[in-house]
Amino acid sequence: MASHTQFGSLRQYQKGGVEAINDDPRNYAFANIFEVAGKAEKWERVAVARNLKYVIEVVKAEGTSPWYACAHDEAALVMDGEVGIRLVKPDTVIVAEEHKGATLLEGDPRGRAMGHIKARRGHMALLPKGSAYQFHAEGTAVMLIQTIAGDLTVERWGEICQK
Amino acid sequence: MTEKTDMHVNEAGYRTFKLGNYIFIRDEYFVHIKWPNGSHTLPADRFLKALMRDVAWNFFYGIVNFDEVFGTANHYGTVNVFAGSFNVGYRSNGKDYTETFESAPARAIFEAILEDWTNEGFDPFAAPTETGSAFGPKRGSNTVAVKRQRVSARRMAGVADDTPLRGDANGYLVNRQFADVVQDEPEIHAEQGFEGEVHAFNLFAYLSRSDVTWNPSVCSVVKDSLFCPTTEEYMLPVIHGNDRVEWFIQLSDEIHWQIADRDTGAARARVVMKAGDVAAMPADIRHQGMSPKRSMLLVWENADPALPELYASKKLKPNPIDF
Repeated sequence: MASHTQFGSLRQYQKGGVEAINDDPRNYAFANIFEVAGKAEKWERVAVARNLKYVIEVVKAEGTSPWYACAHDEAALVMDGEVGIRLVKPDTVIVAEEHKGATLLEGDPRGRAMGHIKARRGHMALLPKGSAYQFHAEGTAVMLIQTIAGDLTVERWGEICQK
Repeated sequence: MTEKTDMHVNEAGYRTFKLGNYIFIRDEYFVHIKWPNGSHTLPADRFLKALMRDVAWNFFYGIVNFDEVFGTANHYGTVNVFAGSFNVGYRSNGKDYTETFESAPARAIFEAILEDWTNEGFDPFAAPTETGSAFGPKRGSNTVAVKRQRVSARRMAGVADDTPLRGDANGYLVNRQFADVVQDEPEIHAEQGFEGEVHAFNLFAYLSRSDVTWNPSVCSVVKDSLFCPTTEEYMLPVIHGNDRVEWFIQLSDEIHWQIADRDTGAARARVVMKAGDVAAMPADIRHQGMSPKRSMLLVWENADPALPELYASKKLKPNPIDF
């Protein structure tokens, strides 16, 4: 029998849930990334998982993003659609080494072009430490970002999680 | 402290092993474990599947319950091998038993058991329909299967000098249940001098080529934040007891989780996760998953070595988010 792998998307996803027996469902912070992305503003970085200082952010990608920079590695996993990523090595250090999470840059960074990536569903890209990056999506796409909570991390657990 | 009594071969052809005061015996169907004040029996396939994970994961994070009675609790350098310590019936009647070992020699004994008791054709990491039988008298061995190295990327899979990607060329074929997973690769255009920094890969294709189940493997790293995706089919062969919070993101298909209290085993919840769902596993629970079809699960771990003590001393709450 032919296999059928079920992935989710903004247009089509099913949601499971917590069936409490002797517990509070809020302990599991249960959410769905496509539901969160569907209600997010484009380029908002909404935390859907937090483990102390570390987070996984959901991003709804649409059009061209601002430029970001980060002092540590991050990783972007495309969960729906197609995303272009431009990378630049800034001429000067623009984010302090100890700064955590992504920083929003004003305007375009000055520096050497490092290259660009076109990523589709299931593709994971390295956002290397010390670089500046910009996303672009022709349609609407959804990404997960593995990073550290920072200035741009949006937390709205009461709105996104099962109660 | 530890020794193996590997000279004795029973009538089924299997060696008997000793770890401290524990004695491990297997026959054609079952594994029998004896300790000073008790004994326990569990099916050989269940024992070997759990033992395989315990060895491959170097006792993993927290508690690896082989079943409701026997298991290991990792203290990262030492390991508690327990019987009944996380079972309220045993513990409340003083029938539980725990012995602490240095991790390396204990793991060496477990590896020797695994190698001797795994028959030719049986792969403890494989889905039930993809492997032969664990049962019967001893017949050959499956050293290649039981000595797989766990994937552990230092930065990201596929980066130069990091863990390699999977493909036909290095023997990782697309699994039968992921035959429809798109195998395209991202388009990467690196300027000269940045070839090692501009990197991307097809994680879903990478997972579709996994030859093991229920084996989280590190694929991307942000300091202590580890993305450990894994492919799951049938049932997690251990009941994992947490010593920290971990998170699950269901990348494809679905898994049904049974959640119980870590220390007593009392049922707490059932969590059904479908593609795109995300859920925390609190630091005070045990969990076991069932995947009706082979699925892709992203296990997200925080490897900060200070965490077990912070949760055990209740300096950190077991749930990750208050809202």
